[in-house]
Amino acid sequence: MASRLMALWDWFDARMPTVAEEWRKHAAEYYAPKNFNFWYYFGALSGLVLIIQIVSGIFLTMNYKPDAALAFGSVEYIMRDVPGGWVIRYIHSTGASAFFIVVYLHMFRGLLYGSYRQPRELVWIFGVLIYLTLMGEAFFGYLLPWGQMSYWGAQVIVNLFGTIPFIGPDLSLWIRGDYVVGDATLNRFFALHVIAIPLVLLGLVSAHILALHDVGSNNPDGIEIKKKKGPDGHPLDGIPFHPYYTVKDLAGAVFFLAVFCAILFFVPEVGGYFLEYNNFIPADPLKTPPHIAPVWYFTPYYSILRAIPPIGVSQFPGVMAMGIATLILFFLPWLDRGAARSIRYRGPIYKSALAIFVVTFLVLGYLGTEPTTVWGQFHPAEGSLFDKVLDTKDVATWVARFFTILYFGFFFLMPWYTSIDKCKPEPERTT
Amino acid sequence: MDKARRNLIIATSAVGGAASLGVAVPFVWSMWPSERAKAAGGPVEADISALAPGELMIVEWRSKPVWVMRRTKEMLEDLKKVDGKVTDPTSSVPEQPDYAKNEYRSIKPEVLVLVGICTHLGCSPKPKSAEDKAEMGAEWGGGFYCPCHGSKFDLAGRVYKGSPAPKNLEVPKYTFLSDTKILIGEDKQSKGA
Amino acid sequence: MKKLLFWILLAPSALFASEAGYPLDHAPIDPRDLLSLQSGARTFVNYCLNCHGAQFMRYNRLADIGLTEDEIKANLILTDAKVGDTMKIALQPKEAKAMFGVAPPDLSLVGRSRGADWLYTYLRTFYRDPKSPTGWNNAVFPQVAMPHALWTLQGEHALKVGHGGEEGHGTTEYEWVELSKGEQNTVQYDTTVRDLVNFLVYVGEPAASDRKRIGIVVLFVLGVLFVFAYALKKEYWKDVH
Repeated sequence: MASRLMALWDWFDARMPTVAEEWRKHAAEYYAPKNFNFWYYFGALSGLVLIIQIVSGIFLTMNYKPDAALAFGSVEYIMRDVPGGWVIRYIHSTGASAFFIVVYLHMFRGLLYGSYRQPRELVWIFGVLIYLTLMGEAFFGYLLPWGQMSYWGAQVIVNLFGTIPFIGPDLSLWIRGDYVVGDATLNRFFALHVIAIPLVLLGLVSAHILALHDVGSNNPDGIEIKKKKGPDGHPLDGIPFHPYYTVKDLAGAVFFLAVFCAILFFVPEVGGYFLEYNNFIPADPLKTPPHIAPVWYFTPYYSILRAIPPIGVSQFPGVMAMGIATLILFFLPWLDRGAARSIRYRGPIYKSALAIFVVTFLVLGYLGTEPTTVWGQFHPAEGSLFDKVLDTKDVATWVARFFTILYFGFFFLMPWYTSIDKCKPEPERTT
Repeated sequence: MDKARRNLIIATSAVGGAASLGVAVPFVWSMWPSERAKAAGGPVEADISALAPGELMIVEWRSKPVWVMRRTKEMLEDLKKVDGKVTDPTSSVPEQPDYAKNEYRSIKPEVLVLVGICTHLGCSPKPKSAEDKAEMGAEWGGGFYCPCHGSKFDLAGRVYKGSPAPKNLEVPKYTFLSDTKILIGEDKQSKGA
Repeated sequence: MKKLLFWILLAPSALFASEAGYPLDHAPIDPRDLLSLQSGARTFVNYCLNCHGAQFMRYNRLADIGLTEDEIKANLILTDAKVGDTMKIALQPKEAKAMFGVAPPDLSLVGRSRGADWLYTYLRTFYRDPKSPTGWNNAVFPQVAMPHALWTLQGEHALKVGHGGEEGHGTTEYEWVELSKGEQNTVQYDTTVRDLVNFLVYVGEPAASDRKRIGIVVLFVLGVLFVFAYALKKEYWKDVH
């Protein structure tokens, strides 16, 4: 039996040697640094969640109806009437949030170890493109259940495009396909979410991995393992990805799936953060919910958007700020002038800056989930200078403004503070 | 490769395989008919109080036409004459529930219940009475004729020899709720399906 | 900077000034109590299903809460609906809007959108208000268009609202006054509402009990798999260093 299988494989390999060659190049003989730590699980986990979302998504589309009159009902049909449908729905809703948790941690690894630095700038650029595409995928997908949050969230975000000078209103009309978010919008968002963007994502993920494999992986010490090769031509501090990292990622994946399933089976709503309470109410174009907030993974940027005061009635400055906040990520490889790649050998300035950035991201994220009145108001004396100058008295808005400044400061001041930072000498070999 | 390593691979693969099967279950299961499909496929009541002898009524069940006919004494007696001309006179092929596996293919002789779909390729045959000898030939004793490929069935739904159709017309599960009400699609032994 | 810090530290106290609304009671529901769910089903069908539909809930799904199809047909289907049908109502949204000013919302998912505590408190805090179109108002949902559908059980109450403390930093005090007795006393009525809310939460997600049960099995299998996967990793990584 075994020899029959071997013969079959030999037949195949003789006609398509590419398969075995690519396996060697990307797995069995791809030498990765041996000191990968906890932060290095999240790339593989991102790929795993992508597959989970595609498979669960396919089965959802077997029963989902992309029609404004039928969509909400079709989701409940899946939850109640389709055998096992509720499992598939919860896999997809948990997966959507899990995707962003995993991707944010994956990006954070980049910030920790300078994974975006030369020669891996292109890997980082593909990564940021994946991140932006993922945000689009999540945005289009969120309209599909056609609940109150789906509808009004889409309405707000599409209207943001309307604030762009000159082309704004026409752009919004073109995106929506109608004067308000409606059936036309739902149908096209369905097409984009189900096939167009997943294809783009698969292409970008492939490019991301291929670009990485061409230059080789970074590591927690930030040193280039290819500089020290052994007599066999392989890096001294490298180990073949297969079997060492396939087996390690398998354990990591099982642990991740255990956490994923714990959420899915016991707290799928996660207090309203993964499945929002208002989205169990069918979309009503005549009734705006008292408090519209985007899903948690967009909230840091939403905070920035709200923090910037409007010019006249136009929210365009806030939209611009939100855009810059995401696009600035592309420039990270050139903003960072630090002598050392990894945080392990950087000085106290970068370490503090990164710590502040983490707090900033978390605070802005939290504030974005709440109305601006969440921390109450200032009460300056009537007629005082403060009373006249303050455009808003919401404490939360002023806090968000403060942290917005810190957010942009992390990036825009980086060329300066990374060059004056006193780094430690990087080691020759991995530790 | 040493023993410990190989055993661990086998053990992990075994548990992993079981877990993967577990994951596949809801996905495969989701493709079976949903509760909505099952509810729509539920049994249907037919009121035969106004059905005159010789008359045929059509009831829709699971999007299929079901014929309910009140046969006359004459029709029932004529069935024996056709025994030699039909492919399966004793209903040996299971196209009917046990209680319809008799010479009349029904619970009560007078009331015939058939799924009006030809067992050849699915067209719905037309009823042709015994008087219709001009079209059906001098030997015709009454029954059903399928216009698509010419299959003929008698007044118990049995298929004539020489027809393209291989089997007798299907008798669905049914039960008498009273003398004038039939429940089609369900009987006392098994509910549904 | 210092002033900003000062205000940030002071901010939490502002929480108490905001309009928190009527404090919600915790709904003492037990999703495993089948009798409670059955009682809730009966209350729902008799008092709610005239105006509110539950269009995503099939009658025959109530087998989940321990009822046979015959019991469902005999006690819970008051129309000519079949047991495989959903709990739709004949009242059309247009007519409903004309009657009440707003169409009574479908209740299939109210257990998920409002939550048990909100529903439990809402159904027990209706009070007489001569100024409202229906003659009723509600402490949890001010100016609600719904009249007190369960008033024959609870009786009539009036609500007195008082404000203690300085403006902006005080607490609101609520005083309930009984105007007439209903068929049930407070304890009985609370139980009726508890059972109804239990039922509405079940209707919101009928698969909930399956979900938790299967979850335990899944986590167990993944736990076992993790032990093997981790051991496998450790075995291979002996080679490294």
